[in-house]
Amino acid sequence: MTGLVVAEGLTRRFDPRLSLGDRIAALLGAAVETRPVRAVTDVSFVVRQGETLGLVGESGCGKSTLGRMVAGILPPTSGTVRIGGAPVMRGGRKTTTRIQTVFQDPFASLNPRRRIGKIISEGPLAHGLVTRARVPAFVAEWLARVGLDPAVATRFPHQFSGGQRQRVAIARALAMKPDILVCDEPVASLDVSIQAQILNLFLELREALGLTCLFISHDLSVVRHVSHRVAIMYLGRIVEVGPAAQVYAAPRHPYTRALLDSVPRLRLDDAAVSFRPIAGELPSPLAPPPGCAFHPRCPRASERCRRERPELAASAEEAAVACHHPHEDPVA
Amino acid sequence: MSAPLLEVRDLRTHFLTRAGVAKAVDGVSFSLGRGEILGLVGESGSGKSVTGFSLLGLVDPPGRIVGGSIRFDGRELVGLPPAEMRALRGRRLAMVFQDPQATLNPVLSIGAQMALAVRAHEAVSERAALARAAAVLARVGIPDAARRLGAYPHEFSGGMRQRVAIATALLHGPDLIVADEPTTALDVSIQAQILAEMKSLAAESGTALIWISHDLATVSALADRVLVMYAGRIVETGPVGAVLRAPIHPYTRGLLDSLPAMAAPGQRLRQIPGTAPSLLAVPAGCAFAPRCPRADAACGAPPPEARLPDRLALCHHPIEVAA
Repeated sequence: MTGLVVAEGLTRRFDPRLSLGDRIAALLGAAVETRPVRAVTDVSFVVRQGETLGLVGESGCGKSTLGRMVAGILPPTSGTVRIGGAPVMRGGRKTTTRIQTVFQDPFASLNPRRRIGKIISEGPLAHGLVTRARVPAFVAEWLARVGLDPAVATRFPHQFSGGQRQRVAIARALAMKPDILVCDEPVASLDVSIQAQILNLFLELREALGLTCLFISHDLSVVRHVSHRVAIMYLGRIVEVGPAAQVYAAPRHPYTRALLDSVPRLRLDDAAVSFRPIAGELPSPLAPPPGCAFHPRCPRASERCRRERPELAASAEEAAVACHHPHEDPVA
Repeated sequence: MSAPLLEVRDLRTHFLTRAGVAKAVDGVSFSLGRGEILGLVGESGSGKSVTGFSLLGLVDPPGRIVGGSIRFDGRELVGLPPAEMRALRGRRLAMVFQDPQATLNPVLSIGAQMALAVRAHEAVSERAALARAAAVLARVGIPDAARRLGAYPHEFSGGMRQRVAIATALLHGPDLIVADEPTTALDVSIQAQILAEMKSLAAESGTALIWISHDLATVSALADRVLVMYAGRIVETGPVGAVLRAPIHPYTRGLLDSLPAMAAPGQRLRQIPGTAPSLLAVPAGCAFAPRCPRADAACGAPPPEARLPDRLALCHHPIEVAA
């Protein structure tokens, strides 16, 4: 399968930073954490031209780490990300402006001491996408495009609400004229009515600019709304991937199914609700369970799941699942 | 019908700041029966948390309850001397906060802080207090509870910490628990566990619950009745199924239509234009009018009550629904 973005065997480990004292204490048997965190392990996927791939998972599953590697912000421990065949990073440095990121928290991602106009124009100026003389018009154009009054270019981030700041963050990313946008929980910190405004803006700009997107979120309904395909992550690996409609209607991995079942749905009748939570807790990424990482919480787990890790195997056209005992494929 | 457990009338909690008076809660009235679950819904700044804090007498300066009445089991709580409020709080009224990381004492073991909470209201031995703590921890689904009494908060996961906070609220078998966004900080799968447990605990013990949340789906799954707040005021209240199926108030309708679940994938959501007003300058008349598709000149005056059996909305132009 070819794609605009091709990620192959991406792995990211975070080793604890140990001082000499820590090392000696560990040798003497003190409780010093010396194990690495395996945030992302051997993840491969493609994002095709014009497509939005949704990346879903609970906190600590590695979805943000994966997004940062794809965006060329964080070097992988091993594996590569290519855009149109060219690597995103070389020697630990990002080599392209074709991919840009919108982060979750617009309070942290905008420099509080810069004016909005400068925040938007800094990147394009540095990369020669706009001449200094044209900066005011360029900034005004982008502010209008994300639904802000061009007159706000001289203001500072603290003068804006969360939703407005996220509009600025979107303008900053798109002003770099990227082909690909990584959105890391772009609406998670926003109120429901503002979230709808930002999602609409995203859909509108995606269409107008023909963007290819990696959309990361823990919110299953948001991901369903914006994605063509979805990938579900659990403890650093993709456990299921496929067309959004298919994965949501007939999930094949027991984790995907349990996750979808556990989300409270808007109840419009007066019938009693029975919750179907997933049993147990998320295991620590310091010590992922052997075999399939989901087996301690899985109703379908067998002896084999405890010993042998299932590979992500193509199960149908465009879909793949990493499970020894997947649910029936409705298409096959 | 017997007298309600809680009766709030025209509650007004204002914050006297240097920039002016922020009317966080401005004329809120509702009542709650024993064992009832009320969902209190609104966006940030709607006054839903301040309403919860007001009920427990936890509003700190510059905030102050400037008017109204809170009758709890026949007793007036507004203006109650602090010592009497303390005797009620934790025993008959309890609160669960959003962030269990911030509400548990990090330097005391779980058992020690729960025993303190027991002995704050009852003269029992440390041993008896610990036994009570272990019993409620087991009830909220903490395995091996007696052994975990010696553990410290950092040794628990987020979901487990929130269970400890809920268990602490349950220690004295309160008549009312106010829970302020208790599952917002938790992951989806853990959130479902807590919701399931809260629902069965409330049913078993007859404790009334006020569940404060921005999440309509959670409230719809848990609550009997819902109360929707906007800019410090109630805009709509009624049985949760009826309100969400056919809202009367345009704000409730707009909030529902904003949810991605209400539109076909990839389609534009029906968004509410604009942003919520600053609490320092709430528009006169209906506060939602500047964002409302049904607003006209009449909306400059305070909105009248639009009533249906068991339901209420404050609106000049309510949406027609079949009763």
